[in-house]
Amino acid sequence: MGHFFHYLFEPGLVSSGPVRVALLVGTVVAVTSGVVGVFTVTRGQSFAGHALADVATTGGSGAFLIGLNQFWGFLAFGIGAAAFLEIIGVQRRRGRDVATGVVLGAGLGLAALFLYLDAARTSTTGASFTVLFGSIFVIASSTVPALIASGLIALLVVVVLSRVLLLSSLSPDIAAVRGVPVRAVGAAYLIALAISVSLSAVAIGAVLSTALLIGPAATALRIAKGPVRAMAVSALIGVVATWLGILLAYDSYDWPPHGHGWPVSFFIVALVVIFYLLTYLRRPSRSRSARTASGAAGAHSRSEEGACSAAS
Amino acid sequence: MFSGFMMNTWIAATIVAVIAGVVGFFAVLRGSTFAAHAIPNGAFAGAAGASLLGISTLIGLAVFSVAGALGIGAFGRRARHDVATALALVLMLGLGALFISVSTEYAQETYSLLFGEVFGVSPDELLPIAILGAASILAIGVIFRPLMLSSAMPEVAEARGVSSARMEMVFLLIMALAASMTVPVVGALLMFSLMIGPPAAARSFTPRPGLAIVLSIAFGLATVWTGIAVSYVTNWPLGFFVGVLGAVFYLAGRAWATLRRTRSVRAAGPGRPAPVTAQPA
Repeated sequence: MGHFFHYLFEPGLVSSGPVRVALLVGTVVAVTSGVVGVFTVTRGQSFAGHALADVATTGGSGAFLIGLNQFWGFLAFGIGAAAFLEIIGVQRRRGRDVATGVVLGAGLGLAALFLYLDAARTSTTGASFTVLFGSIFVIASSTVPALIASGLIALLVVVVLSRVLLLSSLSPDIAAVRGVPVRAVGAAYLIALAISVSLSAVAIGAVLSTALLIGPAATALRIAKGPVRAMAVSALIGVVATWLGILLAYDSYDWPPHGHGWPVSFFIVALVVIFYLLTYLRRPSRSRSARTASGAAGAHSRSEEGACSAAS
Repeated sequence: MFSGFMMNTWIAATIVAVIAGVVGFFAVLRGSTFAAHAIPNGAFAGAAGASLLGISTLIGLAVFSVAGALGIGAFGRRARHDVATALALVLMLGLGALFISVSTEYAQETYSLLFGEVFGVSPDELLPIAILGAASILAIGVIFRPLMLSSAMPEVAEARGVSSARMEMVFLLIMALAASMTVPVVGALLMFSLMIGPPAAARSFTPRPGLAIVLSIAFGLATVWTGIAVSYVTNWPLGFFVGVLGAVFYLAGRAWATLRRTRSVRAAGPGRPAPVTAQPA
């Protein structure tokens, strides 16, 4: 048993500096993404979440160009894109995917330019890999306080707004009748989403931050009853996937090809997808599964509404 | 600008713009924008895997884009469509990250697969692009009416016996076909921009589907031709010009639609489904 543990947890795992930073930042990222993701999935805004991450890459590569820390570039472009999406109408159901797509296309075009200029300036093409796929093991420790602070801000915004946000996500009309400023709430949520996505883009890479945003939340909405529990389960799944991913990536230095670890992002994504697929094994006979995600949240919205009317 | 090797670029880009214009029109109409993003991006991971195994890039692209399309189609039926798409995309990209990291000397190829290498089109690449492009357009031509109906009015289509789930699957496979051929030339990101910007703009200008497809192809051609010319002069990446021009066309379309709406009392917004003029037999 001792030997097995020794095999599973490589010596030096916990004492290694980069691994400690990775575990700390990974936890913050996973919890933030998990909680924010529940609303992203409920609102059907997975594409917006993914697009924000990708547009944040543009900022990341831009920051690379002017020698700024990538995180600020990610954050600036993420929030800017969120504001832009809000203006051109991402909150409407119809046509919003197209609007998102156009913003994403323009952002990626700009990313192509920045990366080209990066490559022309530094005569390396490594920038594109770092920016797109990131690595949780190379986070500069000077960025860590900023990462944690922004994660907490995003988390705080969503938790404070969770009640109105949930109501306006599930039934904008009822929310409007009850005096909820639906548009302002949506905009605040979009900013929180942008912050959370920029954060995870730094940690596991822009393209893969979608995994932590959508995977745990979609899994949690399938197995947990009620949004509060779903948020908790989602954060938990995210943290477990991140820790296991870091552990496996650390172990993988001994796997073929030798002396070259497998990317953390791969492990985290694979675990997140496996968790999601496992929920299908659990309840294969559920016939209404087509709308399970909304169903789980919808069932709770009714009780939430009941609570609202009881309170008023 | 029109010398020997550049001619290949012009021809390839023209074919790609036509394919993207036609396939993209339906992608925009059906709201499958996310799938249009996910399939070419996932295909990119397949190319990375193929290069690791030392087999033809085309096989890797085809396997991953078809697998992605099947995954999105199958899971999209049982769960939320956007969730299924997001998870299929990240899974493929995660594998891509693994492939790229295992094969060490891949950075340049990564860049060109994502952002395209349109200036390095060899003559023997043209034929497969043309054949697969023709195949995907032919496939759309064959299922044009049911696809149109199921895209614009899924309930009516369902009532007439057109299964929207099956239509979705067929359409995703056509998109995968188009993606696997065009990604090595124009890059995963460019293909996406071409499939969204021009068709979305075209739909703002006209509600008629036939005209919208023609306009969408025209905008696509204008985008890539301008892009290639400017890119040739400035040496900046083509992807930048295509992304920006696509957005410009889209904003122009939105502005035009808004202008027209404020003029006419009829509230025919840009986001409404296009009326189906062609009645199914």
